[in-house]
Amino acid sequence: MRIVCRCNDVTVEEIERLIDEGVTDLEELRRLLRIGMGPCQGRTCIPIVISILAKKTGKKPEEIQPPNARFPVRPVKIEALTEGGK
Amino acid sequence: MIGIIGGGIIGVATAYELAKLGEEVVVFEKRYFGSGSTFRCASGIRAQFTDEANIKLMKYSIERWKQLSDELGHNIMFQQTGYLFLATSEEEVEAFKNNIKLQNKFGVPTKLITPEEAKEIVPPLNADAFLAGAWNPEDGKASPFHTLYAYKKAGEKLGVKFYEYTKVIDIEEGWRIKTTRGEFKVDIIVNATNAWAKEINAMIGKDVVPIKPFKHQLVKTEPIERGQIEPLVCPPAWNDSYVIQDGEDGGVICGTALEYESSPDDVSPTYEFAKEVLKWAVKIVPALRHVHVIRQWAGHYARTPDNNPAIGELTENFYVAIGFSGHGFMMAPAVAQALAERIVKGRTKVPLDWEWFDPWRFERGELRSSAFQIG
Repeated sequence: MRIVCRCNDVTVEEIERLIDEGVTDLEELRRLLRIGMGPCQGRTCIPIVISILAKKTGKKPEEIQPPNARFPVRPVKIEALTEGGK
Repeated sequence: MIGIIGGGIIGVATAYELAKLGEEVVVFEKRYFGSGSTFRCASGIRAQFTDEANIKLMKYSIERWKQLSDELGHNIMFQQTGYLFLATSEEEVEAFKNNIKLQNKFGVPTKLITPEEAKEIVPPLNADAFLAGAWNPEDGKASPFHTLYAYKKAGEKLGVKFYEYTKVIDIEEGWRIKTTRGEFKVDIIVNATNAWAKEINAMIGKDVVPIKPFKHQLVKTEPIERGQIEPLVCPPAWNDSYVIQDGEDGGVICGTALEYESSPDDVSPTYEFAKEVLKWAVKIVPALRHVHVIRQWAGHYARTPDNNPAIGELTENFYVAIGFSGHGFMMAPAVAQALAERIVKGRTKVPLDWEWFDPWRFERGELRSSAFQIG
């Protein structure tokens, strides 16, 4: 078992299986497996997923658009946003 | 051949239901499936509405939700974890009692509960702030991602053709749908493009459903221990704010009514929203202040003037199921079945009030009572 996404325990095999089933859009892969939706926001896993997807679909990695970066870039404690400065 | 425009939950579920009845179906989605509103929703499913049409439709929809994992052959993670509305004033308690009476009349088992009972259901709740709760244990949640995927896979097995990154450019009488992947000849069209629906209706000269897209947002926390905030918890008087633990990973999804009228293509999050929603979230569950926010995103409520969707025939062989005003995901199983049966058999056993949801009501100057909406 080779883990790609350490936030949500997603393996290479799970990714490859979905691609084989025809899910070849990064946005769909991400949501079905929750890759890049954990605290690291995809910094670790998304480049690896893109390379797997590129290899399996014959695309160049640069043809696959990475997902939007989302706020917050790093996890923020809620009290920092509700009581900021106190 | 039936052409469905819009690859969100309504379009994809309707394609599946039509194929189940033996129809040939093609679906056009201009981006990836679910990219519009479906994948951006908060995942809640409730029958706690405040009018007969929506209560009956959602009661039936929940019956369908219960069957879906088995029927579609994929776990959509539907769970009946309930919806808990909380009252902060005596007037609100009275309003809750009236709503409960109406819901009970149509078989929805909502009941009024005490703050102590509410705290048993949601252990970290700030129960002292509330006078009573309206609790329906049959409401619930499901994964928008897995539900759409399950309907799509089941549709494919029945022969539905799904085209993604395929934008509809124009429609000609007869019907000929011109897309970025060429022209398709179909007998019947279903417009399921929700926040984008005006554009499609205008292509046939029938721009009669006045939908305005409003940007809504959500923030989500890191996963917390299961069983803390499983129901959707909402004090409507607190700006329609709510919190609910994601059924899949246990993070807390937080919403509030702060909205922006905007293009449905604008999904940029705002800092103002993060501050506002979290202010209310920590009032509902104070311990959330110690938890980390890990993401924020936006989607759109495709709102009609009365917040009820427009479902039905716009003109001969052209149907719409649009303007869901934030309720498309929860209503999809019932609406898709009703629409498919009406198109193919001319009748349906789904309790959908066609008169209530008539897409032509706005042209006639009629408005329904506003469907009960939260953040």
